[in-house]
Amino acid sequence: MVSGTDGETLLRWIPLVPLLAALLHGVMIGVVRRSTPRWAVIAISCGAALLSFVFSCVAFFHLVQLPPEGRVLLDSIYTWIGAGIGDTRLAAEVAFRLDPLSAVMILVVTGVGFLIHVYSVGYMDDDHRDDRGFQRFFCYLNLFTFSMLVLVLADNLVLLFLGWEGVGLCSYLLIGFWYSDRFNAYCGSKAFIVNRIGDFGFLIGIFLIFKAFVDVGVPASLAFADIRQNFESISGLSVAVPFWGASMRLVDLIGLCLFVGACGKSAQIPLYVWLPDAMAGPTPVSALIHAATMVTAGVYMVCRMSFLFAAAPVASAVVAWTGAITALLAATIAITQTDIKKVLAYSTVSQLGYMFIAAGCGGYTGAIFHLVTHAFFKALLFLGAGSVILAMHHEQDIGKMGGLRRKIPQTTLVFGAGVVAISGFPPFSGFFSKDEILVTAYTAHVPGHLWLYAIGLFTAGITAFYMWRLFFLTFWGESRVPAELRERIREPSGVIVNPLWVLAVLALVGGLIGIPQIYGGWFVGPDQASHSLNNFLAPLLPEAEPHLLEHSTEWLMAFAAVGIAALGQLAAYVLYVRRPRVSRWLAANLPTYHRLVTRKFYVDEIYDRLIVRPLVHLSDAVLFRRVDAGLIDGLAVNGTARGVRAIAANGLKYLQSGLTQGYVFMMIVGTLAILGYMLG
Amino acid sequence: MVPLEHVIGLSAILFTLGVIGVAIRRNLIVMLMSIELMLNAVNLAFVGFNRVWPEGPAGAAGAERALDGQIFVLMVITVAAAEVAVGLGILISMFRNRDSVNVDDVSLLKW
Repeated sequence: MVSGTDGETLLRWIPLVPLLAALLHGVMIGVVRRSTPRWAVIAISCGAALLSFVFSCVAFFHLVQLPPEGRVLLDSIYTWIGAGIGDTRLAAEVAFRLDPLSAVMILVVTGVGFLIHVYSVGYMDDDHRDDRGFQRFFCYLNLFTFSMLVLVLADNLVLLFLGWEGVGLCSYLLIGFWYSDRFNAYCGSKAFIVNRIGDFGFLIGIFLIFKAFVDVGVPASLAFADIRQNFESISGLSVAVPFWGASMRLVDLIGLCLFVGACGKSAQIPLYVWLPDAMAGPTPVSALIHAATMVTAGVYMVCRMSFLFAAAPVASAVVAWTGAITALLAATIAITQTDIKKVLAYSTVSQLGYMFIAAGCGGYTGAIFHLVTHAFFKALLFLGAGSVILAMHHEQDIGKMGGLRRKIPQTTLVFGAGVVAISGFPPFSGFFSKDEILVTAYTAHVPGHLWLYAIGLFTAGITAFYMWRLFFLTFWGESRVPAELRERIREPSGVIVNPLWVLAVLALVGGLIGIPQIYGGWFVGPDQASHSLNNFLAPLLPEAEPHLLEHSTEWLMAFAAVGIAALGQLAAYVLYVRRPRVSRWLAANLPTYHRLVTRKFYVDEIYDRLIVRPLVHLSDAVLFRRVDAGLIDGLAVNGTARGVRAIAANGLKYLQSGLTQGYVFMMIVGTLAILGYMLG
Repeated sequence: MVPLEHVIGLSAILFTLGVIGVAIRRNLIVMLMSIELMLNAVNLAFVGFNRVWPEGPAGAAGAERALDGQIFVLMVITVAAAEVAVGLGILISMFRNRDSVNVDDVSLLKW
């Protein structure tokens, strides 16, 4: 490890600054209880976000000055948990680790995060429902930034889990931010509970790693560097599967457990249901937490543990296939959604599925690349949607929009940039990252990898279709805005639109960090086979074998991807601009399919029947009424008291005779008994 | 010098007398006196031991002549004085209310 570099102690300030800001807000709200001036709230929050971003940049430049093999900065602050002895010692340090992977993540988190902080100033200004709401919002937002930075900078799995839970908490708080509306509170709870299920799997995975190390007798450290170093010693272990008789490799089991956690946080089947409902939160929250950063934590975690997944073919296949099915399913649902944010939410689920296809196929760079570009364009799209929602005075139904391009031209432009980027037109960012994922799937060794490729390609078409549908329905065509609203549509102020411009530029050119060599190799150093992001991340991520593709094949695949995206756009144009009647006709004449898709394949209803209601019933009738009220309260607590009372009332009380002589006698006998016991 | 055995023996006899006194007498004044007898038996034991082992517990850090036992006697005398003050207070109060110092006459505090 490199030590003594200037950047080391700087690392701790990257997460600490937002934490201090959050604490300051918390003290003002909870202790001082006086409304803080608006400018002070803004200065503290945005200042913290900006400072964190600046520190991240400085740390990043420290990092790139190191030689590629030794690009690690460690900032160890103190030992957080120290338990056990010897090899079974569990030591979790509060230590931050900056390596290329976390460097990419902190730049995204703080960079996009800062823009969204600025945007929130304008967006939340609109909200006058609650005087302290403004500060409360920024308190949560800063706390989120802190947790997310802890998550990505963590040096070990335990600290990562702390950040993981922290972002979950902030997500819950922010989804239910307008808690006076019961539905929002419900959505927050749903997100939190579904995430708990995933976290349970994640925890089991961590425990399994620890136990495996203890079993083979190597130091059971959960620091990433140590796990990676000692990984060889556990990669050969296998465990018996109960009730099945067969055995499976331990690393596969660990991989699956970790992936359950990733499924929860990154909204994959079967745990994706919380993300669409998370749109109940304010729009900047949807952009920051439920599109750009937190939901990508699962992808980040899989990439962070990539050495494990690379050695776990079964787990990797599950990852890839779950991602593919999720991508397809969510994209399909997105087609018929009418809420502007819901479309984007399902799109996010779908794009996360893409990242998992890449990660499962061993293309961890591709996953991170798509994570970055997705953070740019999806944050842009969400913030653009927020701008539309503000302009429409909190109307989110795209059925009541249309023709908005004449009213809000700036928003139209930036939103269009996002749509172009996500649908994968060259040379914009989504094209390169999606292309890399498709190539990875095509060349992977996962079972059915060609099907993965086909699903990915098909989903790219659907993605283009629903995004352009959204775009056309919102900004093009006839205005369907209710008459009383029509005259009041205004472009939001500069504090909202300006961050959008920055993100639009990033969404358009962000793909340049990962241009493959066939396009002339910009940003690629001499004599290097792959692109710059790839090279940057290479020391950390076990790359699958280099693509053994002819350049002609690669060109062909790029053309196929662009072609199908163009097809999707064309279809959307025809159906929603040229011949809107056709789309209505389709909806009317395919009622079964249309309803099935509109109702999101009834997944929520199925979960409700199969899981939620039985669980609620079990909790209410058995756990609450019988176990808690009957057994614990009735038998254990009150029963003990009643028993003691009965014994005392019927026997013991007669010892209390009131005769001093009797007490003296008992005391002497007692003393003698003790004395006899001690001497004898 | 009086051997330790004699001191301890006297102390034990006094203590037993005190115990018996408390146990069999009903007169509260006599019971208080018996308690004093027990306390002084203990005091006697303290000074007796201190005479034999003036340096205190084996290996104790500090002075060559630690007077732990004798100092403890002062402590016991203080406590005994306090205790007698309270006891006599109760006794007077009891006599005013009951015209008696017999403990069998005060047995209301019971089940």
